Amino acid sequence: MSAKVKTVHRTPSTFLERLYVPSVLKGLGITFRRMFQRKVTMQFPEERWEVREGYRGAPVLVKDDEGRPKCVACSLCEYVCPPKAIYIVPEEVDDASRAHIERGPAVFNINMLRCIFCGLCEEACPEEAIFMSKEYALWGASRAELIHDKETLYELGGIRAGGIKKWKGK
Amino acid sequence: MTTAWSMVHVLAGIFSRPEHGGSTLGWVIGRVLLVLLVAHVVLIVGALMVWSERRVSAWMQDRIGPNRVGPEGLLQPLADLGKFMFKEDVIPRHVDRWIYVLAPAISLLPAMVTFAVIPFMGEVQQAGDWTWHQSWQIADLDIGVLYILSMAGISVYGITLGGWASNSKYSLLGGVRASAQMISYELSLGLAIVPVLLMTGSLGLGDIVRWQGEHGWFLFFQPLAFFIFLVSAYAETNRLPFDMPESETELVAGYHTEYSSMKFALFFLAEYTHMTVGSALVVTLFCGGWTLFGLEALGPWMGLLSFALKTFFFLFLFIWVRWTIPRFRYDQLMALGWSWFIPLALLNILLTAAALATGIPALLYVMPVGLLAAALVVVGIVYRREKTAVRPLAADPTSALWSGNRPAGGGATGEVGS
Repeated sequence: MSAKVKTVHRTPSTFLERLYVPSVLKGLGITFRRMFQRKVTMQFPEERWEVREGYRGAPVLVKDDEGRPKCVACSLCEYVCPPKAIYIVPEEVDDASRAHIERGPAVFNINMLRCIFCGLCEEACPEEAIFMSKEYALWGASRAELIHDKETLYELGGIRAGGIKKWKGK
Repeated sequence: MTTAWSMVHVLAGIFSRPEHGGSTLGWVIGRVLLVLLVAHVVLIVGALMVWSERRVSAWMQDRIGPNRVGPEGLLQPLADLGKFMFKEDVIPRHVDRWIYVLAPAISLLPAMVTFAVIPFMGEVQQAGDWTWHQSWQIADLDIGVLYILSMAGISVYGITLGGWASNSKYSLLGGVRASAQMISYELSLGLAIVPVLLMTGSLGLGDIVRWQGEHGWFLFFQPLAFFIFLVSAYAETNRLPFDMPESETELVAGYHTEYSSMKFALFFLAEYTHMTVGSALVVTLFCGGWTLFGLEALGPWMGLLSFALKTFFFLFLFIWVRWTIPRFRYDQLMALGWSWFIPLALLNILLTAAALATGIPALLYVMPVGLLAAALVVVGIVYRREKTAVRPLAADPTSALWSGNRPAGGGATGEVGS
């Protein structure tokens, strides 16, 4: 016989316990008190979790202090993206207000059905144009709606002021 | 002019019989309207119970519950109904089709028709120096209690036939459990009412309420019968802690495993209607029906309010108990019914009959106090004896678990708790 036999001694129920009624009344008291306690439910669409700094939500494109799109369509993010969720068609930028850059995206799509929220695009971007936002509740009525195009991405991203900080201290 | 007159006739006829001066047509139309009204109220209360069940259970578990559809989620049952309506109505190929379709209706109907004899309202009437309680109900049957018991008997069929016709093992087990459980508890249910009948000398529910309006509630005269009736009503409605026929953890969903769409909804509604009727019965038989310590003299609406409030309290109790007590084991359920409730109910009948036979009314007042005192004394004696007795295992229940000392031989010889 194996030596690993463990004898479990059960405490026999007392008479009052076997009578059920006191325990039932005690239980009823507990549930009644519970009714008036603070509820833990979060009413989702109205109340949301406050996500922490560094949270990787949906990737978005940002604009600089003067409201100019920062992306230069270098396609590094498209290259690094593991599930190939990013699709970029570059074009020449011939705009006086954006004389500091030569090119930008004509098309910039992120397929949110493929995105794995890894954040490699943000790490790869030399211009700090793409960021992982805190947006975690994405939904769409069709597959097409969940392919975020350039306008959607800029709208979600907004303005990220303060220039490029990526190379400070390097 | 004539239409106005017939309207008056209809309204007056609702509660006045032809022999009391109402017109026969008016009386018939009035009765039909009353039946429709009561049936709708019962169904609406059933829907309300679905909502309350979910809200109250949520509150008891620190949640909020459905609060989106309508104010405070009150229209949630309507949304549920819409969902049930549009669900695919699956009738599996292996079922006994005819009975399978009929069973949900059979389970709902007895619960609905039971309400016909329950006096939901009433007024105190006076003629000269004679005051009496006049109950308002659909039909004041002279055999009201027998009618209720027979309807309770029929309601077993819905569940049993549903389980049988489904032709699946879980459904069948649920149905068989339902029949065994409901037949067992019908005995204690019926026996618990007998002292009430002995004291009122009538099977009519109107008479029983009248008696209570004049002498006091049976809750105080017959606390033991009240307790047995209440717990048996839980078993009859298949509610936790006695929801053996359904018991999700063992039987998938018990007798309604194979049902979908509105057929399932009917079983669901039947359960809540049974709850409503059960609560109304407890109120009528033991808590004075529509009477309220003389306040019912203020007017018939006071009676309706009192009846409704008391019924809602017992409905709340149904929910409260459900979310507090876990399910009994099947043998525990049977032991409770057969070896506790039936003997106790018989003893209660014996005592009441003996008290009545002496012809001393004071004995009826002393009896509940005496019973309570006797119960307390017995509990006290056993408790004291047990406390002073030597209980080696209880001294330190964890020592055997943690110190590792096992009895010689190493076998699993620990006694199994009863």
